[in-house]
Amino acid sequence: MTQTLRRLTETPSQTAGPYVHIGCIPTFAGNPGIYPEDLGLRAIEDGALGEPITITGAVYDGTGWALRDAMLESWQADAAGLYPGQPGADPNVNGFCRFAADKDSGDYALSTIKPGRTRLRDGREQAPHIAVWITARGINIGLLTRIYFDDEDNSADPVLSRIEQRPRADTLIARKTGEGRYRFDIRLQGDNETVFLDM
Amino acid sequence: MRNAPTDPGPLIPRNRAAHPVAYDPDYKTSVSRSPKWPLLSMESTITEETGPVFGHGLLGPLDNNLILNFTQGEAPAVGERIRVHGRVLDETGRPVPNTLVEIWQANAGGRYRHIKDTYFAPLDPNFGGCGRTITDDDGAYEFMTIRPGAYPWPNRANDWRPMHIHYSIFGSGFGQRLISQMYFQGDPLIDLCPIAHTIKDRGQLDRLVAPLDMAGSRPMDYLAYQFDIVLRGRRQTMFENKPEGM
Ligand SMILES: [Fe+3]
Repeated sequence: MTQTLRRLTETPSQTAGPYVHIGCIPTFAGNPGIYPEDLGLRAIEDGALGEPITITGAVYDGTGWALRDAMLESWQADAAGLYPGQPGADPNVNGFCRFAADKDSGDYALSTIKPGRTRLRDGREQAPHIAVWITARGINIGLLTRIYFDDEDNSADPVLSRIEQRPRADTLIARKTGEGRYRFDIRLQGDNETVFLDM
Repeated sequence: MRNAPTDPGPLIPRNRAAHPVAYDPDYKTSVSRSPKWPLLSMESTITEETGPVFGHGLLGPLDNNLILNFTQGEAPAVGERIRVHGRVLDETGRPVPNTLVEIWQANAGGRYRHIKDTYFAPLDPNFGGCGRTITDDDGAYEFMTIRPGAYPWPNRANDWRPMHIHYSIFGSGFGQRLISQMYFQGDPLIDLCPIAHTIKDRGQLDRLVAPLDMAGSRPMDYLAYQFDIVLRGRRQTMFENKPEGM
């Protein structure tokens, strides 16, 4: 016999289902008035320092069809590489944003500032990136990925470097399409399936 | 060197066996929406260890009362009045205080107030179907609501969702983010539900089934159900140093 380990097990996930919008973004879902506004409407407030950017894209299933019912969340550092809550972080950067695929086109849009480089405990630097968490009907546990940028030096990033099949790393890199504009598509399955993270 | 006091510690790696499988043909929508490649597993970084903080100032007085919040207290929702309460802990048993808990659910007839819900059960003019609260210093939370109805859904020929409340919990780091569902003790539809059974470990599924809590109920007013939630924990050790040789 041994002592009993003092550990609990994490509560299991379940799909967010088709009606995640009424719970998380009720005004977007057509049910205004319960809260003053939806949570996480803006990644930044006026006056946030850094380069304003807009990232657009869609979430595709294994058949190449863009999901119309996905809800996404993003989390990022400020332009100096500090996360909200860290000493000295930009007070106008909320870091968190919640947004949904358009119900007609499936496109999403995230307007924010480009984050700076962040540092690991061991001193290594992470290339600028935005964490993204994807939920929808049919997704049984939320999928975590990252948006990197094709006009940044990503060569030493510890996460991208861990992807053994180099072409797959490209699935995490947003393509610049214009001044301050990027495209980042997420593929749940199939050719060029996005790299999802377990971190 | 100890971690700076502001370093909350790395997240304990997720035990994926405790969670549903991504691909389950009995839940047909998962077939085209489940990644085929394995996840890229790494130790958490500052990106996953930090997360948004929502203050109690966010909350309106009726935010955790789904019976009243859609009409701002004007008229109560139809249905069996229930209180749902519990605590949010992490894997090390510590309470998770000050964390946002959001819920959503169907009305007493099993109908959601959502443009895509075409089930012909009637909408309740007094019920919106969402609520939110923030855990206290002890990790405790509570909601007043009505018992949601079971509802049919297009999957196999005659699939019904058991009575359930959807939950979204933040924790203190983005890597703790969790969405799940609470079921009700004694509901025979749980055993028949392909979504519930995407969780292959029956013991883990049972943890989503909230027991009736008579001691937490109020005579002549409401029944109570207790639903505790466990989020990923953090490794916290005085040996949390730079790797050897660095
Ligand atoms: Fe549901």
